[in-house]
Amino acid sequence: MNKLTFYAKLSSLVFAAALLAACSGNDTKEQEAAAEAAAVEQEAAQQAAAAAASEKQARVEAQQVLETAASDMGTVFYFDFDSSSLTDEARAQVDAHIAALMGNNASVRLEGHTDERGTREYNLALGERRANAVRDYMVANGVPGYRIESISYGEENPVAYGSGESNWQQNRRVELK
Amino acid sequence: MILVKGMLACVLILLGTEVQAELQIEINQGVENPTPVAIVPFSWQGVGSAPDDVAQIIDSDLARSGQFAPVSRRDMLSFPNRESEMYFRDWRAISAEYVLIGRVSVGSQARIDFQLFDTNRQVAVDQGTITGPEGELRMLAHRVSDAVYETLTGISGAFATRILYVSVTRNPSGKDFYRLTLADSDGRRPIVLLESRDPILSPAWSPDGQEVAYVSFETSRPAIYRQNLRTGQREQLTNFQGLNNSPAWSPDGNSMALVLSKDGNPDIYLLNLKSRALTRLTRHFAIDTEPTWMPDGKSLLFTSDRGGRPQIYRYDLRTQKIKRVTFEGLFNARARVAQDGRNVALVHQREGRYHIAVFDLVTDRLTVLTETSLDESPSIAPNGSIVLYATKRGEDSILGAVAVDGGVRFSLPSREGSVQEPAWSPYVTP
Repeated sequence: MNKLTFYAKLSSLVFAAALLAACSGNDTKEQEAAAEAAAVEQEAAQQAAAAAASEKQARVEAQQVLETAASDMGTVFYFDFDSSSLTDEARAQVDAHIAALMGNNASVRLEGHTDERGTREYNLALGERRANAVRDYMVANGVPGYRIESISYGEENPVAYGSGESNWQQNRRVELK
Repeated sequence: MILVKGMLACVLILLGTEVQAELQIEINQGVENPTPVAIVPFSWQGVGSAPDDVAQIIDSDLARSGQFAPVSRRDMLSFPNRESEMYFRDWRAISAEYVLIGRVSVGSQARIDFQLFDTNRQVAVDQGTITGPEGELRMLAHRVSDAVYETLTGISGAFATRILYVSVTRNPSGKDFYRLTLADSDGRRPIVLLESRDPILSPAWSPDGQEVAYVSFETSRPAIYRQNLRTGQREQLTNFQGLNNSPAWSPDGNSMALVLSKDGNPDIYLLNLKSRALTRLTRHFAIDTEPTWMPDGKSLLFTSDRGGRPQIYRYDLRTQKIKRVTFEGLFNARARVAQDGRNVALVHQREGRYHIAVFDLVTDRLTVLTETSLDESPSIAPNGSIVLYATKRGEDSILGAVAVDGGVRFSLPSREGSVQEPAWSPYVTP
C-alpha cells in the first residue's frame, strides 16, 4: 500500500468517525427535545384535565344548587277551585323544577288530584287536566315529553280527609314524583 | 293466577259462613202512613236450629222500604204457621192490615212456604213456595219479601238483589286501604272481591249479574278489569296511557262503553268484548266521561263539559248524533237510567251543593231528592224505586238511599271507615 492510499483510507476513516460522532451528537439532542415536549404536553394535559374536572365539579355543584332549589320549592303544586291553570306560585315552583330537569336525565311522574266535590269520574278527568297543564308547561320550556308521565287520581288519595275549603285546597294539587 | 285462586278460596270460605254485616242500616224517613203488616215467625223443620230467622229478614226488608210498619212480635196474640191456625180477630185487634205466615224446611234443598192474608177481607192475597240451596236461605227469604212487596204495592221488589261498593280505611301516615265488596241488598253477607293499597273505583255489573267490572290503580296506573263472581277469574281489559275508567256494560252484554284519554283528552269508546275491537264514539277537546246505557242499548248518556260546564248528553249509536239532555243548573253529571228508560238519577249542583236528583226524560223535569251536600255515585235499584248513592258524614263516606219519589230515606254507614261507589245489581235469575 502507498502512503497516499494509506492517508486516503485514514482520512476517510476519520471522516466516517467524525460523521458518526456528529450524527450521534444530533440524535441525543432530538431525544432530549422530544422528552421535553412530551413533558410540556403532559403537563398541559394534566392542567386541562384538572380544569375539566373542576369545570365538571362546578357543573355538578351548579346542578346540585338547581336541584336543591327545586326541591326547596316543593313538589306539590296547588290549584284554584275548578281550575287547571297554574297559579303564579305554582309556575315559580315548576320553573325551578324545569331548571333542574334541563341539567339531568331524570324522568318525572305528575299525579293530578282534585277535591271531593263533584263526581269521581269527572274528577279523574279534571285531575288529568291539572297534571297535563304542568306537563305542557314543562314541555313548552324544553323538558322532553318522553321524560314526563302524567296520571290522575281524581279525588282519590286525599291529603286532608275533612270537608270545607281548608281541607279542599290541600287536595287540589299536582304532585311531582 | 295465585291471586285469582286466593280470591276464589276466600269467596268460597265466606259463602259458607255467616259474616256480620259491614254496613248498618238507619231508616231516616218513611212514608207518612206506612201500612201495618205482621210477619209471624216461621216454623222450622231441619237439623238443629234455624240458621236464619226468615221472618226477621222479611220484616227488616219491609221496614227498610219505608212503606210498611211491621208489627212487633211482642204485640202478637198468636203465632200461626198454617192457614188453619189463623184467627183474624187476633190481627184486627192489633191493627195489622196484612199478616204473613210461613214454614221453612230443609232437606236436599231449603224450602219456604208462605201465605199472605188481608185481615179486613179475611182472605189470602198471595201464597207461594220458594226453594233453593240451604246456604242461600237469606236470599230465599228476600225472594219472599219481593213477592209480598209486589202483591201489596204492585211494584216488583228488589230485595233479592246484591250491591257492590268500595270501602276505604283511611291511613293518614301512608296509603289508604281499598276493598271492593259484594253484599246482599241489605248489606249482609259481605264478600271482599279485591283488596288494594291503591284506589278502586267505578264498579259496574254485567247485565246477567254474573260479572263485575271496575277500575283499579294496582299497577300504579288506572286500568279496567272484569271479574267473574262464580269462578273468581279476572282479566285486565285495558291498559292505555292516560285515563281508563267508567266501564259500562251494554244491555246485551257484548260490549263495554268506557273512557280513555290515550288520544289526548277524555272521550267515550266502545270495546267489543268478543273481537276486542275498540271504536271511538266521541271526538271532542272537552271532557267526555261517565257513559251509561239506555236500557234499549240504542243510545248512551254521558257527561261532557263541551258547553263550558258539565251537563248530560245523549249519543245515538245509529245516527252517531249527540244531543244535550240537561239544561237546568251549572252541573249535572254521572247519569244512571232506570229500567223504564225514563227516570235518570244524576248528581246536580245547586248553590254549591251536590245533590242526587232525578231527571224525567219525558217531561224534562228535574227533581232534587237529597238534602245533603256532597252526594255522588247514584245507582238505581232494578225495580226503579230507590236510588242508592254515596254521601259524606263527618270525614267518612256513607251510603244513602232515597226513593225515586223522595218519600223514603235510609242510610247505610259502615261500622268502620268509608263506603262509597255503590252499584246495585240487575235482577239475577235464581
